[in-house]
Amino acid sequence: MSECTCGGNHGLDLLIPLIGVITDIRTETPDVKTFRVVGRDGKKLFEHMPGQCAMVSVPGVGEAMFSITSSPTNKEFQEFSIKRCGSLTDYLHGMSVGEEITVRGPYGNAFPVETALKGQNLLFIAGGIGLAPLRSVINYVLDNRENYGTVEILYGSRSADDLVQLEEIQQVWCKTEGVDVYLTIDREQEGWDGHVGFVPSYLKELEFSTDKTVLVCGPPIMIKFVLAALMEMGFQKTQVYTTLELRMKCGIGKCGRCNIGSKYVCKDGPVFRCDEIDELPPEY
Amino acid sequence: MQERLVERAKELLADGTVVRVLGWKQGDLGYNPEPAYFNSPEELKDFVYDGFCGANLSKYLIQAGKLEGNTLVFLKPCDTYSFHQLIKEHRVKREKTYIIGVGCKGTLDVEKIKSAGIKGIEKISQEGETLKMETLYGEKELPFAEALLERCTVCKGKTHQVYDELIGAQEGEEAGPVGNRFEMVEKLEAMSPKERFAFWQEELSRCIRCNACRNVCPACSCLKCVFDGNQFDSAQKANADTFEEQMFHIIRAFHVAGRCTDCGECSRVCPQGIPLHLLNRKFIKDINTFYGDYQAGEDTDSRAPLTNFTFEDVEPSVVGERGQS
Amino acid sequence: MYKIEKSHLSELLAAIAAKEDLFVPQKTGSQTNYGLWTQETQADLSTLKTVKSGKDCFFPQSEVLYRCRKEEGKLVIDPEELKNQPFVVFGMRACDVQGLKVLDNVFLKDPVDSFYAARREHGTVVALACHQPEETCFCKVFGIDAANPAADVAAWIVGEELYWKPLTQKGENLTELVRELLVETEEEAVEKEKQEIHAVIERLPYSHLDLSRFTPERTMELFDSPLWEEMYQPCLACGTCTFVCPTCQCYDIKDFHTGEGVERYRCWDSCMYSDFTMMAHGNMRTSQMQRFRQRFMHKLVYYPANNEGMFSCVGCGRCVSKCPASLNIVKVIKKLGGEAQ
Repeated sequence: MSECTCGGNHGLDLLIPLIGVITDIRTETPDVKTFRVVGRDGKKLFEHMPGQCAMVSVPGVGEAMFSITSSPTNKEFQEFSIKRCGSLTDYLHGMSVGEEITVRGPYGNAFPVETALKGQNLLFIAGGIGLAPLRSVINYVLDNRENYGTVEILYGSRSADDLVQLEEIQQVWCKTEGVDVYLTIDREQEGWDGHVGFVPSYLKELEFSTDKTVLVCGPPIMIKFVLAALMEMGFQKTQVYTTLELRMKCGIGKCGRCNIGSKYVCKDGPVFRCDEIDELPPEY
Repeated sequence: MQERLVERAKELLADGTVVRVLGWKQGDLGYNPEPAYFNSPEELKDFVYDGFCGANLSKYLIQAGKLEGNTLVFLKPCDTYSFHQLIKEHRVKREKTYIIGVGCKGTLDVEKIKSAGIKGIEKISQEGETLKMETLYGEKELPFAEALLERCTVCKGKTHQVYDELIGAQEGEEAGPVGNRFEMVEKLEAMSPKERFAFWQEELSRCIRCNACRNVCPACSCLKCVFDGNQFDSAQKANADTFEEQMFHIIRAFHVAGRCTDCGECSRVCPQGIPLHLLNRKFIKDINTFYGDYQAGEDTDSRAPLTNFTFEDVEPSVVGERGQS
Repeated sequence: MYKIEKSHLSELLAAIAAKEDLFVPQKTGSQTNYGLWTQETQADLSTLKTVKSGKDCFFPQSEVLYRCRKEEGKLVIDPEELKNQPFVVFGMRACDVQGLKVLDNVFLKDPVDSFYAARREHGTVVALACHQPEETCFCKVFGIDAANPAADVAAWIVGEELYWKPLTQKGENLTELVRELLVETEEEAVEKEKQEIHAVIERLPYSHLDLSRFTPERTMELFDSPLWEEMYQPCLACGTCTFVCPTCQCYDIKDFHTGEGVERYRCWDSCMYSDFTMMAHGNMRTSQMQRFRQRFMHKLVYYPANNEGMFSCVGCGRCVSKCPASLNIVKVIKKLGGEAQ
């Protein structure tokens, strides 16, 4: 064999994951658990920005993209809030603290917390598990409070039992100065004395002024009606950011399945400003 | 005959018997017509029926049955076996289908023409028993019989099993002299297990798991194929090892055994030229041997040998006995 | 320029194979595909189009990324070694070489796919000019010259001779390896062959397709065309077009249980398959029309939008000859307004 000239100068491929150890599992709702993950050395696996995602996998079961719900300001670990809805998430829900998974990332763009969002009044609108990516931004903003204007959070879920991160919402966000939290659930429920109704209608009731940048995440149908409500209230699409999710395999814009027109959600997204989405074919 | 088919299709569209026509649309290379729906008399200007209309339209009738209104379809004699079998399996709607049985002189295989060294085909015409090709590299000829699809060299017969009317065909018309369709199966049976394994190994090693054989097969009408499941290591698109492509084809052959009419579409569409029909024919030959001659698609109500029990049935021990021979 | 008598071709191939892995087109059964050359191999250089393009010498249909097992409850990951030995692919055509450039734009762009990059780095391509282009060819539409393949070594078979011209450093190195088998020669015979090829290409039925309508600015207009609904109808939803295509690069990542652990491998995937975009909570493309449209929009509009107008089609015509329902990108181009005027 003739000699190779590359000198072995290839690093590990991006498709090769890191090993993560689950150090904490919180049961948020009947079908959502939040997993805290660190490397084997006990340190954070990698740095990320709010809105970015990572591929979490159990070898032999599957690999899927999840948004990182912890804030980059947290220097100790990453967290993923994962809803049980398929074979991988089902398996993850059965795992215990101390078990290992694989993680690779971070992938995708992030909410523009250091650029477009800086100095802005922020309105977060989330539905159900859609709080997961926004929680990362909210905590990032709260930890860098001086860089942003008012913070308002509108969060709704099917029932009081389905509100994710309720403890943090009540103990931290509600008690932080300059932060207003509005919770709602879809239907009346015993023991719930808060607002009842869907997120889009509550949004209209709240009559927010339009001097804000809005960050939305939730089920597609909610996003659709929230957008319509925001337009009705006088917001521009350029003021609204959302984060999308499509099937992904590589996370780096090569496997070819998460495209919306010429954009790849894993690479060009997942965060899009709503006027950008308008220019893409409606396949999301 | 093409003009007569178009005329009749127009009449049936006009009198409301059907709302659409399923046939073949003229391609742009002289040998590449595509299956197509025609929804109006105007669209029928692109209709074609010639030797390259090999596609068996029965498979499309599974979908067509779900559409609003009746569909006119043109079926060649061998296509009607598939349709009949699909009626038996409750996959198509006879009452929503108007069948014109079309005469067939055998369908052609452009791969065979090309493998005879004829390149750059611009135009193909037939004169008597000869195909004439105008090519970029001069005029070429090939006997019609040498360009036939394999299945047509062992034609099942010119009789339509099901139809509303016939055009260009006669009931009971005999096929010309045909070969023994089990000839290659017999050759394979005569091989030693090692030789036979090597034969299939070489053929199946070319499989690219495109699923064309499955998707074109009228007997493969499952709503969700087991190979499309994610739970299964042999999912649809890759061979983690060489064993898997064999699994795919063998499982498929087992699943269509007794239901396969030997329409030959699997081999016609295989981009890698794998003689997949041989697997099915082996089953057909065995069924004939053990249970008496049986042709799937010949009727709609008999019980198929593999799903029926009679006291005369062959004993399972026959497998062991044959293995020793 | 060099040449070697065709009758000595097997010596040339043997000389290359003695030093490096050599992939050549070879016939098994009725079809020709690339395979590793061995002493018994009869190279098939007369078949213009292999069924699968040479793509899978660089991006195999299925390849292991890493192996994973558990040792005392702990995960162990063994990444698959990257290609680290040189190899030669002999007999690719100009369109297939361009196909590699289409793949390069995907896999070599940051972040680099190191599995592909390693193969590209270690692979030397000897490409053959197309002696007799076929009616399914339309590489000219994409500015590809079938008479001058832009590979590491360009080769022409003229009469009883194979002509050989290194075009890159890799090509020079390979030439050095087999130098004693080659004799230096004038380019005259090759020039004549090129003219003949060009003359045929002008007469090919698809050589004058007009792609000017396919621009990123027209994304929505093309996407919304009612013609897709008509065009997709015969599509059987198989993956033939995808798997014979030299530019299709979509892949899936899956696990194989070996008994001792898990092999995570990637394999070609097809946007024509119903599970391509299937997620736990739903599917973004629920109809075959949408999947059919995705494939052609990707080739003709989305890919060019991301790659300075380069199309993700090289006009090899494999889909033209292999589609079981006789559908293909040419029919789509024509239907959407690309018929030559």
